[in-house]
Amino acid sequence: MSNNVLIQGIGLTKRFGGMTAVNCVDFELRDGEILGLIGPNGAGKSTLFNLISGFIPTDSGETAFLGKKITGLTPNKVCHLGLGRTFQAAKNFPDMSLRENVRMGALFGVPDQTYAKAETETDEIIAYIGLGKYAGTAVPDIPLAGQKQIEVARALATKPKVLLLDELMAGLNPAEVDEAMALVKKIRGTGVTVLLIEHVMKAIMNICDRIIVLHHGALIAEGTPEQIGSNKEVIEIYLGEV
Amino acid sequence: MELIKTAFFGSTKSKVQLIGVIAALVILFLSPQFLNTYMPNFLAKLIAYVVLSLSWTIFSGKTGYISLASAAFYGLGMYIEALFGMNIPLPVVMVFAAAVAFAVAFGVGVVTLRLRGVYFTIFTFGLALFLQKSILWIEVKFFHTKGRMVLAYSNEAVFYCVLVVFAILIFVVILMNKSRFGLALDCIGQNEDSAQHIGVNTTMTKVLAFAISAAPAGAVGAAIGTSIGYVDPDIAFNMLLSFLPVLMAIFGGMRSMYGPIVGAVIFFVLQDYLMREYANLYMIIFGAVMVVVILFMPKGIFGLVDKAIAKRQRNFDGEVIGDVK
Repeated sequence: MSNNVLIQGIGLTKRFGGMTAVNCVDFELRDGEILGLIGPNGAGKSTLFNLISGFIPTDSGETAFLGKKITGLTPNKVCHLGLGRTFQAAKNFPDMSLRENVRMGALFGVPDQTYAKAETETDEIIAYIGLGKYAGTAVPDIPLAGQKQIEVARALATKPKVLLLDELMAGLNPAEVDEAMALVKKIRGTGVTVLLIEHVMKAIMNICDRIIVLHHGALIAEGTPEQIGSNKEVIEIYLGEV
Repeated sequence: MELIKTAFFGSTKSKVQLIGVIAALVILFLSPQFLNTYMPNFLAKLIAYVVLSLSWTIFSGKTGYISLASAAFYGLGMYIEALFGMNIPLPVVMVFAAAVAFAVAFGVGVVTLRLRGVYFTIFTFGLALFLQKSILWIEVKFFHTKGRMVLAYSNEAVFYCVLVVFAILIFVVILMNKSRFGLALDCIGQNEDSAQHIGVNTTMTKVLAFAISAAPAGAVGAAIGTSIGYVDPDIAFNMLLSFLPVLMAIFGGMRSMYGPIVGAVIFFVLQDYLMREYANLYMIIFGAVMVVVILFMPKGIFGLVDKAIAKRQRNFDGEVIGDVK
């Protein structure tokens, strides 16, 4: 694992009216790691994701991806540079089949993609994630865990270097959480760097190499799972006493 | 080239479709030989409705951004014919009208399609009104008139002009449905956020689709203008024509290309019949029919067909999954 920085956020700030959702956040995502982003509800985690992916405009500060400034780019351009993401509530294409959902990622996510290549990549990714079991089911009828996997599959089909996962495990049962954890590790194993928002502490502590903690939009702690688990401030505002 | 191959010859279904479409166009092309002199006029207006409804669906049906600008583009076409029709042959004016409609829609799209939600609909509604009132003001202020005469063409000439627009449009729609561009529009319609995050340039796709959908409306506007003979801003920018394509497409169903076509045909024939037979009750009966359709067939006539097929498939798939578990 090298220590090259893939994404660097400098002083990222976003205000909604009088509320500062993300307040001057500095962070870096290093090549090959799994970085956890935790914090109480409303801490600004998803907003930070939205700033990185270009989904909402940044008020001040900037994000660099592979040394290139991406602040101000639209999400489609950020995607083509190699950044994939999922949403907290799965956003799939409900009237398309599962396969079509993934194929759209393969087709549009890679500039100058050919149809034939998109087809083979789609099949590869579906097999890789293990979504074959839902092949015949209409997308809205697939259970939550599967819905989230479709999003991951579609994002992976865009061939990202970095994958942002927004609460992949929220609402899943323990067995599904284990599956999702294995999936994240597997994705990292193929050379994709992962930044994930998560509330499931078991997952966070097990799979993350480092963790950053947001509270009221500000970064309050950063470190290894052990360091975060014993950080007094983090325990007080988020983890709670055991 | 590849696209043309898959769209028209890619599967048995697409081959059957191609044969069907060509057969229908040939029959329409030959029909004036067998019909009385009134019929081409009736058919020209009918096809104009089909063109309005089908072209509206290219953009609004796929993306869910409801445009109420059909009257604006149709009216622009009429006015362009009124201005240039005396000196320039109709087909040339139609091409020009299509180009102007494309350009205006492109401009409007660039300004409004960055926004989501209802703003676009409101803006497009305003566009038709804006053009209507502006042209009226210009006419009265500078030309001291309200309307203009339009050079009349024979019923048959108008019919063939409109038919050509329809023929081009239907091939464009078939190609679009199979193209990357059409898929991008589908993605936008089903989840715009996701579409953007998998690399679809959503703004450009929307703007271009809106502009493409405006062009045929401009072209048929120019053609139909000649069959009316006289154009003023109230006739050209008739707001009803902004709502009709929406209603016709909902009536027929928007999931397949045939929905808006069938919707427009039924709509026009029904309207024509009611207007002739029950002129006083026409709007009441028409309104009642619309309410019934939207209540009981929210996805239109073709939606019912879709539903029946989907129901069968789902039952079948349900069994398969049960077996696996």
